[in-house]
Amino acid sequence: MAAQSSSSFTPVNYSTRVDKVGTRPMVANLMRAIIAVMLVCLTLIPVVWMGMTAFKPLKDAITVPPKVFFTPSLEGFVNLLTQRRQLNGAELDQFRQRTDLNWADQIALQQQQQIIGQSQFVSQLINSLIIAVTSTVLSVLFAVLAAYAFSRFHIPGKDDLLFFILSQRMLPAVVVTVPIFLMYRQVGLYDTHLGMILLYTSFNLSFAVWLLKGFIDEIPTEYEEAALVDGYTRLQAFRKIVLPQAMTGIAATTVFSFIFSWNEFAFALMLTQDKARTAPPQIPLILGSGGVEWSTIAAGSMAFLIPVVIVTFAQWRHLLRGVTFGAIRKG
Amino acid sequence: MATIELKQVEKKFGDSFAVKPLDLTINSGEFIVLLGPSGCGKTTTLRMISGLEAVTSGNILFDGKDVTWLHPSARDIAFVFQFFALYSHLSVRDNIAFPLQAQGMSREDIKKRVAEVADMLKIEHVLNARPGGLSGGDQQRVALARALVRKPAAFLMDEPLGALDAEFRESMRAEIKRLHIDQHATTVYVTHDQIEAMAMGDRIVVMSNAVVQQADTPTEVYNNPSNLFVARFIGSPGMNLIEGHYADGTINLPGDNRYSVPSGWRSVLETQLASDRRVIVGFRPEAVQVDGTGEINSTNYATDLHGGYTMLHLQLDPDTIVHARAGRDMRYQLSETVRFTLKPDMVRFFHPETEMALKQNGMKN
Repeated sequence: MAAQSSSSFTPVNYSTRVDKVGTRPMVANLMRAIIAVMLVCLTLIPVVWMGMTAFKPLKDAITVPPKVFFTPSLEGFVNLLTQRRQLNGAELDQFRQRTDLNWADQIALQQQQQIIGQSQFVSQLINSLIIAVTSTVLSVLFAVLAAYAFSRFHIPGKDDLLFFILSQRMLPAVVVTVPIFLMYRQVGLYDTHLGMILLYTSFNLSFAVWLLKGFIDEIPTEYEEAALVDGYTRLQAFRKIVLPQAMTGIAATTVFSFIFSWNEFAFALMLTQDKARTAPPQIPLILGSGGVEWSTIAAGSMAFLIPVVIVTFAQWRHLLRGVTFGAIRKG
Repeated sequence: MATIELKQVEKKFGDSFAVKPLDLTINSGEFIVLLGPSGCGKTTTLRMISGLEAVTSGNILFDGKDVTWLHPSARDIAFVFQFFALYSHLSVRDNIAFPLQAQGMSREDIKKRVAEVADMLKIEHVLNARPGGLSGGDQQRVALARALVRKPAAFLMDEPLGALDAEFRESMRAEIKRLHIDQHATTVYVTHDQIEAMAMGDRIVVMSNAVVQQADTPTEVYNNPSNLFVARFIGSPGMNLIEGHYADGTINLPGDNRYSVPSGWRSVLETQLASDRRVIVGFRPEAVQVDGTGEINSTNYATDLHGGYTMLHLQLDPDTIVHARAGRDMRYQLSETVRFTLKPDMVRFFHPETEMALKQNGMKN
């Protein structure tokens, strides 16, 4: 590569492979890596900060300048998950003598409080889980069946039906909450798990059908036809061929449906009170009770975030396959 | 192995015919090729035989048993698709075992049978791979293995070589042909490639516009096309077809040429042509004999060297070009005069109105 001597042989003791010596690709790769790292930081820093705040004692959470290094404490989580009462001076001394206190009681004691029970947030998280998981399972189940039918069979008025299904999603939640509130109160679905599950399922279904139809359309019909001539019934072909081939789509739909049901705020605020109240409308309320308890709020957000992370990562393999190979490879 | 009979089978999509009423008997062990341009109804016919497409009317019989309304899985057939239709989420081994699992065969038997066909098709080394990473040829072998493993009553193949590279196609053609000879299985093979059809079929069924144009052996279809469509479609290039007027044992051809009709054909032309005496003369490129004293006079328009032979494009008049196959050393200057004759036994005549071939007494059909 360098200037060659014309008089004698110059031993080549460096790699002559252009892909290794080229500086341009290296610079480009470096730039790409830097941008990727910056993007990751940009998205992760608030999450990490939230995590840190959740584990800070309240006094560390509100100091200025903010502390990066601190003694971790479960104060936020204890405050989030329990109901406590303030202890007066005499009780405080008495409590300090006791030896039967567990770690949560100890943390409460440090704030001169006694744990008197679970907070509502626990039951709200459980409500959220029940409603989100059930409605996600139902929407994906119905959507796969509907999408398969729309994709494969001749259905009279198919286009109109598909548009009708999509139109279920066109009005913003806020617009329809009041009529739904009135109807739900009439039929006794107000503040019930069933009511919320039905609502979220029907809301998710429109979107899930469309999303899954796209994925199933991509699966060549020859796959099922091959199974049919190989001796399988249509239902068997659907189970053995279509479902595995549509896994990427099913995974994506599951994640989207779950995130929607889990995050939903407006309906939950209007249509639930305490029996079926979900977590989202509750988190802002933590703000109001006795000063801004940043550790508790952060702990609430963390607890709220974890199921979404679990659901998404459970589908990771399928989602990744969809990203790297394109949805479906022919042949 | 099964005999397959189609009786007045037709398929309509809405008001248009995909296949007009069709009668065809496929003998046990026969390799039959459905050939035609795209949209001619050949794939629809195959799919009706498989049961993947319902017939609009008519009957399909396997070994005399009516299967017209039987589910595909109950017909004991194997289908090989153009894009292989291998399941990308299963290994090659599981792909091949898939039809056997449907029958509820035991694990050991499945293993044995898969090993047998894998050996037959020389794909043992890819059994544990996923089909997505294989070459086109290997994918096609896996698809064939999946069809063979069940020992079905009939094989149905829909352009199985259409998705392969030219290089693979030739060798796979031979492999499929050899498999058929060894297995002697009734096979229905759909293709739009007339070379493939000629090479592989025991019989070729030429279809166009939803109608069977001719169903006969490759030689017969090539030598005695039943109408102008078959004459044009088979062969590359197809038959030379030149219109002329018949009078007194000769035909006036473009460029003031006169062609003396072979004596055996004269009475046929005299009785079968319309009163205007128009006739189409058809002959294959290899029927042309270049001959300095030949009665037909042309000029050399272009010459293609093919290595093994030379294809001459000879111009009778500005609108009429004849393809002639000549020896590999034959060379002509552009616009040079070339005289030729036609081999008498290789000339055919067609009716310009009906487009049908004229038949001599004693000829088939």
